[in-house]
Amino acid sequence: MKFAIIQFGGSNCDYDVEYVLTEIIGIDASIVWYKERLNGYDGVVIPGGFSYGDYLRAGAIAARTEIMQDVRRMARYGRPVLGICNGFQILTESGLLPGALMLNNYPKFICRWTHLRVENDATPFTGRFKKGDVIQMPIAHKEGNYYADNQTLQRLKERGMIVLRYTDEKGEVREDVNPNGSVENIAGILNEHGNVLGLMPHPERASEEILGSADGLNIFNSMIEYAEGIATDEIGED
Amino acid sequence: MTYIVDITVRLKDGMRDPEASTIKRSLEQIGFETQRLTLAKQFRVTIDAESEDAAREQGREMCERLLANPVIHDYTIRVVRE
Repeated sequence: MKFAIIQFGGSNCDYDVEYVLTEIIGIDASIVWYKERLNGYDGVVIPGGFSYGDYLRAGAIAARTEIMQDVRRMARYGRPVLGICNGFQILTESGLLPGALMLNNYPKFICRWTHLRVENDATPFTGRFKKGDVIQMPIAHKEGNYYADNQTLQRLKERGMIVLRYTDEKGEVREDVNPNGSVENIAGILNEHGNVLGLMPHPERASEEILGSADGLNIFNSMIEYAEGIATDEIGED
Repeated sequence: MTYIVDITVRLKDGMRDPEASTIKRSLEQIGFETQRLTLAKQFRVTIDAESEDAAREQGREMCERLLANPVIHDYTIRVVRE
């Protein structure tokens, strides 16, 4: 089992993810510089940060780099792809996930803990949770306001593609606990096929009790268990 | 032929823009009654192209593939000979 963590210029959560995967969970994971290729990995994490200084739009430049072709190929071959924060922005910008992440409703950088409700437990990233579980992870972003048009929203709902919503501590979806103005309090979504997850909260910052929560660890562990369980056909060329 | 392609990218009509509303409020605070304020990003790209239409088409492709995000943006293109 081997995971890649993509490093762009400006990524800054890459080492945190590596620490969680290798030191806490104990699997093989390497940081891969964006000019390299993704060969022989069972899954990939696109970590948070400020790739390319958020120039143009957060994630826009990174989404158009060559390594994203490899990510696309891994996604097509069913490998788990996890985008955290800037990684989520890169996934929407690259078209691997629908919708867009816009400037927060109250246009400033927010860094704080949030409560989240697990909306779908039948995904490669939430197998260790139960639907309705309320978990805690921190957010740290200025462009996390998820937007999708009505048609896309409808599709997200019908197909269980909404994975996490911002809630209060009891799991109630309320406007006043929506930190950034995301439509329907959406914090994380899946692609249609179900193997690509983007989320604004940081599971790698909530993977040890000493940090206040280890809920994020279940996301990584679910993803690893999923990767272990899938048939590993060779990933072909385009 | 060298053309200057002026591309303006703005949020689609009706989309919330907290940065624009903050600027609008600030204008009002210093005494300017404003009905509406929108923000846009402008790109000026100088390119070689066979014709004005070809230059415009390149500008359109730039928008579709990078400069705009079709989920949230509209764009306009103006082309002039350098």
